[in-house]
Order: sequence, then C-alpha cells, then structure tokens
Amino acid sequence: MSISPPQEKLWWNEPIPKSELIWIIVGFIWGLIMFFMMIYWHAVGEQNLSNEAYRITAEDFAARTNTMIEKYKVRDEAGFPVVHPPPGSDVYLIARLWQWWPILELEKDQSYRLHISSMDWLHGFSLQPVNINLQIHPGYEMVLTAKPDKAGEYGIVCNEFCGIGHHTMVGRMYVIEK
Amino acid sequence: MAINEQYRICPATGLRVYRSAENLIKANAVIAIIFLAIGGLFGLMVALTRWKAVHLLPAEWFYLVLTAHGLNVLVVWIIFFEVAVLYFASAVLLGCRLATPRIAWAGFALMLIGAVMINIAVLQGHSSVLFTAYVPLKAAPHFYLGYILFAVGALIGCFIFFGTLVIAKQERTYEGSVPLVTFGAVTAAIIAVFTIASGAIILIPTFLWSIGLVSHIDTLMYRTVFWAFGHSSQQINVAAHISVWYLIAAVTLGAKPLSEKVSRFAFLLYILFLQLASAHHLLVDPGISSEWKIFNTSYAMYLAVLGSMIHGLTVPGSIEAAQRRKGYTNGLFEWLRKAPWGNPAFSGMFISLILFGFLGGISGVVMGVEQINLIIHNTIYVVGHFHATVVAGTTLAFMALTYLLIPLIFQRELILPGWARAQPYLFGLGVTGISLFMMGAGTLGVPRRHWDISLADAVLPYDFPGAANLMMGLNGISALLAGLGGIIFIVVAVGSVFFGKRITLAEAKPDKPEAAVVAKYGSAETPAVPGTMVLVAVFFTTFVLYYYVNWKYLAEIWPLR
Ligand code: HEM
Ligand SMILES: [Cu+2]
Ligand SMILES: [Cu+2]
Repeated sequence: MSISPPQEKLWWNEPIPKSELIWIIVGFIWGLIMFFMMIYWHAVGEQNLSNEAYRITAEDFAARTNTMIEKYKVRDEAGFPVVHPPPGSDVYLIARLWQWWPILELEKDQSYRLHISSMDWLHGFSLQPVNINLQIHPGYEMVLTAKPDKAGEYGIVCNEFCGIGHHTMVGRMYVIEK
Repeated sequence: MAINEQYRICPATGLRVYRSAENLIKANAVIAIIFLAIGGLFGLMVALTRWKAVHLLPAEWFYLVLTAHGLNVLVVWIIFFEVAVLYFASAVLLGCRLATPRIAWAGFALMLIGAVMINIAVLQGHSSVLFTAYVPLKAAPHFYLGYILFAVGALIGCFIFFGTLVIAKQERTYEGSVPLVTFGAVTAAIIAVFTIASGAIILIPTFLWSIGLVSHIDTLMYRTVFWAFGHSSQQINVAAHISVWYLIAAVTLGAKPLSEKVSRFAFLLYILFLQLASAHHLLVDPGISSEWKIFNTSYAMYLAVLGSMIHGLTVPGSIEAAQRRKGYTNGLFEWLRKAPWGNPAFSGMFISLILFGFLGGISGVVMGVEQINLIIHNTIYVVGHFHATVVAGTTLAFMALTYLLIPLIFQRELILPGWARAQPYLFGLGVTGISLFMMGAGTLGVPRRHWDISLADAVLPYDFPGAANLMMGLNGISALLAGLGGIIFIVVAVGSVFFGKRITLAEAKPDKPEAAVVAKYGSAETPAVPGTMVLVAVFFTTFVLYYYVNWKYLAEIWPLR
C-alpha cells in the first residue's frame, strides 16, 4: 500500500505501466506546446508587454505628467483635467492615493506610448470593461504601447489594495472616433 | 489494547503508535481546526460583504477581516495541520518514536504564540495589510514578529520530521524504502525549508523597517521575494494534500500505487521544478523580462504541471486498481460507483481530487501564462482559482483525513455520523460555487480585495455589468453553503475529539483498512485502469479547450506592446 514500504524492494526496476507511460508522454508534449505558445504569441500575437521600465522618482514623473497636461489639456471634468495628446505621443498616467490622474482622451486605432507610475504605494491598473490589468509600483515607470481599438468611456479601477480609500480610486479614459 | 509505556499497537491498522507522536499530532490537529473555525467565519463575513445586496461590514472592518481571514486559514490552519501530517507520515507510518518531542513542543508553542500575536495585531486595527503585507503598507511590529515566530516554529516541525526519519532508519523500524506517503511528506518538508528561508529573507527586514531600523524597502524587490515564499508555500500544500490522497486511498481501500517509480518521480518533479517558480505572480509587474517570465513559469516545459498531471492519473488509478482487484470489474466505472461514498474520508478525498484538478489546476495554469495574465491579474478570478486549490483541494483533503485520524489517533467514534457523511458533499458544493462564481466575476473585471464594486464613493464612477453583481451574489449564497459545511465539520471534529465514544479493543472495527484484500504487491498484477484513462481524457480535453478559449479572450483586448 501507499502507506507501507514498497513490496518490491527494487521498485525502481519495475516496468512503467503502459497507461502511465502514455499519460506522461501526453503531459510532456502538452507542456512543450504551452511553453512554445507564449513564445509564438510574442511573434504573432498582438497582446504582449514590452517590459520596458525605468526607475524614476515621483517628482520627475509628476513633472513630466504635468508638462503633458499643460500642453494638451482640452477641458476639466469633475476636478480632473482631460488631456487629448496627439496620436503616437508619450502619454502619462499617475497613480496615487486615491486617484488616476489625469483623464486621458485617446483616438481609436492610434498607438500611444503609455507611461504609468505610482507616487506612493502599490496600485493596480485595471482598465474596464476591456479588463487589462497591470501592477503599478512606486519608483518604477512602466511603459507600454497601446492601441485602443474600440471607442467608448473606460473606467480605471484600482485592483491592488492601497489603504482605506482603495475602493474610491477610480479613473477614467476616453477613446473617441476620429 | 497493547499499550506499554511507550506505544500502543493500533488495533485497526496494526501500526505502532508512540505516545509522544500521538500527543503532538492531536495538539497540532486540534489547534489547526480551531483556527480554521475562526478564519472560516471571517471568510463568510468577507463573502457577505462582497455580496452587494448584503454588504455586511463597513470598509475598515472589511479590510481588517480580510486580513484575518487570509492569515488564519492560509497560514495558521494549513500549516498547523501540515505539521500533524508530517508527524503522522514519519512517526506513525514508520512505526517510530518522534525525534526530540520536547523540541517539537517548543516548535508548537512558537507557532501558537506567533498565531495569537498576529491575530492580536490584526484585531487591534492598524495592521490591515492583508496576508501579503506589501510594503509600504505598514503593520504593527508584533504583526511581523508573530509571522516570524510562526515560521520558526514550523521550521522546527520540519526538522523534527527529518530527525524522525533518521531515527527510523537507524533503528530499522521499517524495511526498504519509506512508503510513498512518507516520500510525499519528505517532498513537502524539503520545499518547506526553502520556503521558510525565503520568508525569513523578506519578513525580517520588513520587521526591522516597521520598528524604524531600515529606512526603505523596494516594492518590486518585496513582491519578488515575498512570492518566492508565498508561491512555494502553496507547493508545500500541494505535496501535502496529494500525500493525503494516497494515504486515504490506502487506508480506506487498500490502494497501492500503480507504479512506485512513477508516483515518486512525480513528487520529485515538485522539488526540482516548483519551488522557485514565483514569476507567475509578477507577470504584469514592471521591469521583469519576458524571457525570465516564460522560463520561470514553465521551466521550459512545465515539468511541475506534469508532476500534478501524473498524480491526477495515479491517485484515481490506484483506487480503480484496488477496486478491480476486489471484483468490481464491470464496465468502465463500476469501481467508482461501488466506492465507499458514504465514508466521508473517501468522499472528501475524491471530491478534493476532482475539484483541485478541474477547477484549481486548469485555472492556475491558464492564468500563469505570461500574456493571459493581463486579463486576470488581481481580479477576483485569482481568488476563485485559489479557493479551488487551497479550499477544495487542501482544506477538503485535510478534513477528509481528520475523519480518519479521529478513530485512529484520537480513538474516538465520530459523533453525528449522518452529518459527517453529508459534510464533504455540502462543503464541496459550496466551494465549487465560490470558486466558479469568483472566477466568473473576475472575467468581468471585478477586482479582488475590494470593499465596494458599486464604486459609489468614487468621484468618477464606473458601473460593472449586471452579471458581475449577480455572480457576486451567487458567490455569497455559495459561501453560506460552504460555511454550513465548514460548521458541520468543526462540530463533528471537535465534538468527536472531546465527546466521541471511546473506541476500545473489542469494538475496534476491522473494516477500516482493507489491506488484507491485497495479497501480494507488484506491478505485474496491476490491472489496467480504463475508467481512469477516460477520466484523464475528459480532464485533458477540458484543459486544452479552456486554455485556448482564454487565448481567444486575450486576442480580443487592445493590442499592446
Ligand atoms: C467558508 C469558507 C470560505 C469562504 C466563504 C471564503 C471566501 C473568501 C472571499 C469572499 C475572499 C475575498 C475576496 C476578496 O475580496 O479579495 C476570500 C479571500 C481569501 N481566502 Fe477565503 N473563503 C473561505 C475559506 C477559505 C479557506 C479555507 C482558505 C485557505 C485555506 C481561504 C483562503 C483565502 C485567502 C488566502 C484569501 C485572500 C485574502 C487576501 O486577498 O488577502 N479561504 N475568501
Ligand atoms: Cu490604488
Ligand atoms: Cu487600490
């Protein structure tokens, strides 16, 4: 039994039953397929993180964001500046207790280099309803190139616990048809 | 009963049980169950808060209670019980005395003091940092200290286990190699030593930071090292509960491994390939290369997943083989239909096996894919996944084992046997519900660790789809079912331990182990296991389909580079 020493003392010499052998081979090949799927997707898939990231201080990141806001602000909404940067440009998003700052307005089917960093604690960037989720750290600037492909109003929910105001930390993003 | 000063011979199994080991197993198991009761109650409160129509707790209490829930069940309940499993798998299965029982008691005391300290810190408020305690969230110093003491106590338990193995070998209490179940426990204990070392590397500086001796801790470094600890502790759980599956199959049905070599090899894969695979927690963190993520989460060929898939065949396969030897040979599934479904140890074990594989295993592999993690990270899908692994898998397996330990170790009959019989089904159903509904809500974007998804207090509101709220409501209802199953377990277990009828020699039921049924061992006479092959084929098809469905979901989101 499984709770007594193997009856056959030289158990490592026993042949492997065929059913198990088949399953091991199937499992092994499936593992290889799953491994190559990730690499394959980097080659042909459209959703991959570049993993571009820099160390940055909160002050520097805030300064860059403010420069962008001053340049491209189009209106205010509920106390948040709404910014419409040109397609292809660098856009900045600040995560801080408990806001996503500012509101970005992007054009459909255009690419943007999106920079995100936290001013204080860990936050979770969760763009809804597309359901894109990223971990945002203080001291690290994450850069990714995003190409919104559906127009609409999006919510940015914080999905990393960041203290008592966590559930109030919701931002907004617009994607408009050009 | 053959008692001398040192040990007694268990009339049901013929195992030699030493006093010292017996008492330590009892103490660890009882404390474990008490913390499960406390932690489970907190879990119920959390689930009822996340049910919008009930919204039980205010925000501050919610995060406090969520912290207490995670710690009491994931850390305290599981690890206390695992120490009991380690002592059982060494001292009892090898018929050996326990190494240095005094030190084992010291380890027990450290764990208990640690657990109480953590709870005090959390309940005082100001330590609602969740079990992950990510910096720069700061808890009270005694929170970290409790965590550290607990870990040191657990480490002592591992060394007592290793010491016992050495004594058994020296005193030749068994012949040949250790039993498979003990081998599985060795796997768990080796991983535990690595794990606790990583835990020390991260918790000690964090403790120093909380008292002001260290000025800054990098958040990315913290998450990386924390998950070297947090992830591998899940591998301890897997190795431990799979050992428990084999154990229960052996005791209730006389099952023996189809092949010792394959099952042991599968455990070995865990040691070799699992314990550092923590990158799947960091798939959408900044500054970690794709090469490392892909390599680390799969070690190029998913060998650890292969290990689990092998056990997924060999555990039911060993049951099928045992049943077929007994003459249940009709068709593909007579062996399964005629299994002892009324024995909560068996039913609990089998439900744990199915739910762990189909719900926990598949979802875990899928969300650990580098790119797919983008649509899952930190949503409540993750919580659904790990309730399938640590609750349906580990917790239910340990509950099932408790039903065996009560007659074997505590020498008591179960009180309320009818309730005990229904318990695994009720709990299994409830946990299936919480896992599936949380996974479902997660695919709709519902965040984990969130007090209010109606986002009513936000300046810029966002509305989750109605289906998300429905899922969270169904989750609440399932939580009530699981909670009921949990309460029945606690009542039966604690009630039997203290008030169950004592089992005396005359009454010892010989029906417990069916070891005698199997006359001779050896793979040559292992029957084919066609029913199990059908089960794994169904599993594999589900796995492949679900895997590719998620790639399709991923392909629908915005292009990202
Ligand atoms: C009656 C049984 C249980 C119910 C109803 C339940 C329910 C829940 C719910 C609703 C959450 C919170 C989701 C969130 O807001 O993020 C949660 C979190 C959690 N549960 Fe359970 N649970 C139960 C039992 C268990 C058990 C037995 C374990 C471990 C063995 C466990 C481990 C955890 C962990 C680790 C978390 C995460 C805490 C965190 O995010 O910090 N639960 N549970
Ligand atoms: Cu936040
Ligand atoms: Cu947050």
